[in-house]
Amino acid sequence: MARTLITAPSSARRGEAITLRVLLQHPMESGFRVGADGRLLPRDIVRRFSCSWNGERIIAVELFPAIAANPYLEFSAWALDSGTLDFVWEGDHGFQHREQRTISVA
Amino acid sequence: MKRRALVMAAGIALLPAARATPEALAAAIRSFTGGVPLREGKVQLEVAPLVDNGNTVPVVISVPGAPGAEVAALALFNERNPQNEVLRVDFGPRAATRSVSTRIRLATSQQLVAVARLADGSCWSQRVEVVVTLAACIE
Repeated sequence: MARTLITAPSSARRGEAITLRVLLQHPMESGFRVGADGRLLPRDIVRRFSCSWNGERIIAVELFPAIAANPYLEFSAWALDSGTLDFVWEGDHGFQHREQRTISVA
Repeated sequence: MKRRALVMAAGIALLPAARATPEALAAAIRSFTGGVPLREGKVQLEVAPLVDNGNTVPVVISVPGAPGAEVAALALFNERNPQNEVLRVDFGPRAATRSVSTRIRLATSQQLVAVARLADGSCWSQRVEVVVTLAACIE
């Protein structure tokens, strides 16, 4: 289970733009580095991240090996209704991680 | 000190004003734009011009002041990492600003290119030269 750090408000006013910050603990091994035995370390990166609000897409990101270890993303969303924020990461070797946060909009 | 300053000034003067885009970078950008010619402007790339540590370089890509559906996608490319793509972003109906921040790796001093593809099909870019003192380990 990967560790994540998600900064999202638990409440917001309707029509407000909220900022979301997400960080996933992951080595993002680029596949271009050589290990101690002189052989290439196999690539192990997170390839996709997406975030949605009550199933409606906020952002979808495609990540490449040039993204630093422990991929961090900051973006924003319109607060229109109370509900659930869904954060999904997918990567090499079947990596998948999902987080949810609830937010109440008044 | 004076001599060093002089040498540095000479070095800066010798840098080419605009480097030709290498073929691989052009091909990577083409795969994102679909061959639409790039225009300068609209998209903004914020990155420190002098990077101490290439392992984690904060960047912000944005299209300031763009109304909701105008921006279809953003992408970031580099010139001299082993792979030219860095990041591609698609915005959904819930995205508030057309802006995303992240941290990237830079293998050496090079040029970064941010590209925005708008809903009307036009593509806009900004190029930034960055100097990297400690490179990201790729070897």
